[in-house]
Amino acid sequence: MTGYLPDFLVTKLDYVANMVRKHSLWPMPFATACCGIELMATASSRYDIARFGSEAMRFSPRQCDLMIVAGRVVMKMVPVMQRIWLQMPEPKWCISMGACASSGGVFDAYATVQGIDRFLPVDVYVPGCPPRPEQLIRAVMDIQEKIQRTGTIDAREFAARSAYEGPTALARELGPEEAIVAPGDYRTATRLRTPLN
Amino acid sequence: MPGTVDTLTTRFPGAFTISAFKDNARVEIAADKAPAVLFDLLKCLKDECGFDFLVDVAGIDYLNYPGAADRYGVVYALANTATAQRVFVKAFANDPDPELPSAVPLWAGADWMEREVYDMFGVVFTGHPDLRRILMPAEFTSHPLRKDYPLRGLGERHNFPTITRAES
Repeated sequence: MTGYLPDFLVTKLDYVANMVRKHSLWPMPFATACCGIELMATASSRYDIARFGSEAMRFSPRQCDLMIVAGRVVMKMVPVMQRIWLQMPEPKWCISMGACASSGGVFDAYATVQGIDRFLPVDVYVPGCPPRPEQLIRAVMDIQEKIQRTGTIDAREFAARSAYEGPTALARELGPEEAIVAPGDYRTATRLRTPLN
Repeated sequence: MPGTVDTLTTRFPGAFTISAFKDNARVEIAADKAPAVLFDLLKCLKDECGFDFLVDVAGIDYLNYPGAADRYGVVYALANTATAQRVFVKAFANDPDPELPSAVPLWAGADWMEREVYDMFGVVFTGHPDLRRILMPAEFTSHPLRKDYPLRGLGERHNFPTITRAES
């Protein structure tokens, strides 16, 4: 064996870190609708996302580095989603799975958010209603490729993404009469109820 | 259901119109009489006619509806658990202050259903012990199931801060 392998290798630390990270992406399943069923099928034995090292679905955001938003997100869910995203440790990535999470889908109604990329940075979008498990596996492979190509060991490539990455053209379509009229603080996920007398 | 109709007619003469569809009676109370009559009529149905179960409370907005005289309708679906009879009481209310008496003193189960009607239509139930929004956030200012509320909302769904990748 010593005849075939050298005693030491010279490589970049970034390369090693990326290779390790991309093969152990732990997903945070943010499943709110029927896409969550496909997400579960992706983890099951027939499609077996464990082949790509992503089988460890953790239901705590503090142990995850890949958030998969599967399903429609309503406006009461946005602060929850943002808080979960902020609780995930660096480095982290986000998959917007399905038509609803990516664009609102058919739910163009007052309570449904028209794409989570208006409020979160999304790395990979998965079309479909719901997407096949193969499509989600493809998205995980795309994330892996993105990590391998752009990743750095101290995650400094994220610091450059300081601009809004959502659909600015779509946001501009809102006329002034549709601008924000509802006052109040929507940023908190929980609020204290005033006590009943 | 002759007994129930006779009881209601003698107790509340002229306060309502009644119709029937198959074996379901429909009692309609116009907006000018509803605040005074509705609670007593429901109480009479519960105590004297045996309609002891409040099945549902639903709201309707009759804006631009052909032939409609009043704007908001609130439907109380009652059932008699002994005879399996049903009666639907529809009380109307109008802008600018749609108000109806609350049925919570009669049926505690009306609590959340009236809160939903209040949330979606803005009908205020006087005497309700805890009339807060139940589905929409507390900061929401509109009543989304009203017909003059736009389908896509007034921008509330985009009223959130954006988190960029660098700051998360």
